[in-house]
Amino acid sequence: MPFQSTVGDYQTVATLETFGFLPPMSQEEIYDQIAYIIAQGWSPVIEHVHPTGSMQSYWSYWKLPFFGEKDLNVVVNELEACHRAYPDHHVRMVGYDAYTQSQGTAFVVFQGR
Amino acid sequence: MSKKYDAGVKEYRDTYWTPEYVPLDTDLLACFKCTGQEGVPREEVAAAVAAESSTGTWSTVWSELLTDLEFYKGRCYRIEDVPGDKESFYAFIAYPLDLFEEGSITNVLTSLVGNVFGFKALRHLRLEDIRFPMAFIKTCGGPPNGIVVERDRLNKYGRPLLGCTIKPKLGLSGKNYGRVVYECLRGGLDLTKDDENINSQPFQRWRERFEFVAEAVKLAQQETGEVKGHYLNCTATTPEEMYERAEFAKELDMPIIMHDYITGGFTANTGLANWCRKNGMLLHIHRAMHAVIDRHPKHGIHFRVLAKCLRLSGGDQLHTGTVVGKLEGDRQTTLGYIDNLRESFVPEDRTRGNFFDQDWGSMPGVFAVASGGIHVWHMPALLAIFGDDSCLQFGGGTHGHPWGSAAGAAANRVALEACVKARNAGREIEKESRDILMEAAKQSPELAIALETWKEIKFEFDTVDKLDVQ
Repeated sequence: MPFQSTVGDYQTVATLETFGFLPPMSQEEIYDQIAYIIAQGWSPVIEHVHPTGSMQSYWSYWKLPFFGEKDLNVVVNELEACHRAYPDHHVRMVGYDAYTQSQGTAFVVFQGR
Repeated sequence: MSKKYDAGVKEYRDTYWTPEYVPLDTDLLACFKCTGQEGVPREEVAAAVAAESSTGTWSTVWSELLTDLEFYKGRCYRIEDVPGDKESFYAFIAYPLDLFEEGSITNVLTSLVGNVFGFKALRHLRLEDIRFPMAFIKTCGGPPNGIVVERDRLNKYGRPLLGCTIKPKLGLSGKNYGRVVYECLRGGLDLTKDDENINSQPFQRWRERFEFVAEAVKLAQQETGEVKGHYLNCTATTPEEMYERAEFAKELDMPIIMHDYITGGFTANTGLANWCRKNGMLLHIHRAMHAVIDRHPKHGIHFRVLAKCLRLSGGDQLHTGTVVGKLEGDRQTTLGYIDNLRESFVPEDRTRGNFFDQDWGSMPGVFAVASGGIHVWHMPALLAIFGDDSCLQFGGGTHGHPWGSAAGAAANRVALEACVKARNAGREIEKESRDILMEAAKQSPELAIALETWKEIKFEFDTVDKLDVQ
């Protein structure tokens, strides 16, 4: 009788926190998430780091937080510019919530290697 | 003008029923649901509650003339009908601030829910809500860290925290226990939890557990690249032993410990919260014994009061029920008290069971923990009800996965993130729950199997304790 098993082998994966367990997002899906940040009244921030430093509290800012930015396209262009400048870095999108003094959300858009 | 001593028994209402009284901002206000013995007038019952929970005793005593009781007495200032209930009524009582020791929840409860609950003129009595005055709140330590600090320490943003309790809850050796922790965390959970029954039993002494769990947490953190934690239960026989366990958790560099605040007691809890604040440790709070006190609709203490008391005594996470799982709790009531855990101001809203405006000032918020009989199919509803500032804990829903705890954890993590992503993109996650989960399962065999495993499980029993509305 051939060997049969219904049990799968779950292999540990290295992930980068929020949305780390979802497949890479399409461009449109990323736009939706950035639109959500803007709609919440949060300030979009772009951060990047070399993968060896991914567990640090502080990643490098790309420029400064985009305070008051309401234009989705501006944020998307900046994300791509950051990725071009640091192609081997992780790049994440953060929404700063000034009311709670916390990050409303943060997720990695480009994974470095 | 001094008064003359007139021995004997007066009616309570002569002194303690004061409908003309306008409560002060510094008064502590309470709403009791009273059910008196037949034939006793409402005003007399309400005044008796005010008296027995503050300065009064059954007889006039000479020594009360040595003080100014008018300054210290609690007063019933309002009586209201309970909608849909002819035998009970609400009594609103104002207590002067000076009746209570600063920062002592123990003292507040000893007065408000002490002897008065055994009073013979009452058939039932339930403390429905307390309005804590800002002047009292400012004397309490509150959550040792709060929601903002906890997110920063754990590096979790834009979504609820994901956890689970280690099962079976009793009987595992320290090393086997640590294995289950490791499996859950490597599979994608942020946090795991000691069951509340786990303290330091013969099959697994606390030090054994702490050491193996610490190894599991550190290993999972290393392999996944994410911040992980496990609530190490420090509830113990004596305060001294409790602190010894907390110190050891800190020595092992663990981020979070746990306490059972009702069985352990408010004094122990406040002490441990102070220790956590001083030592940069997060504090998870379990609520064993609460249903004994809060489930009967006419007697005891409503959980919204116990939740407010915990926020003042101190804790960074508190169990609140799930609404959808195996344990009691209706949606509006739950929303009413999770507001009181997390917001800085909560307005009076009877449709949520909140009887008073409650201003929390700068007191940090507490994560609402939903745990008990929940599984992946509940995920969209849980996210809609509890929002991001919550911790969703799937015990059976993690370990019960046919491939084991790691795959169960991954299934829950995928489901959670799919729901958050869909919500942010503007989808109605409760209505579209099936589509959202099925779409996500296409990319995740772990989730597909979890959805298949728990597709028929529901807990549709009616709630025992409902809001008083018609």
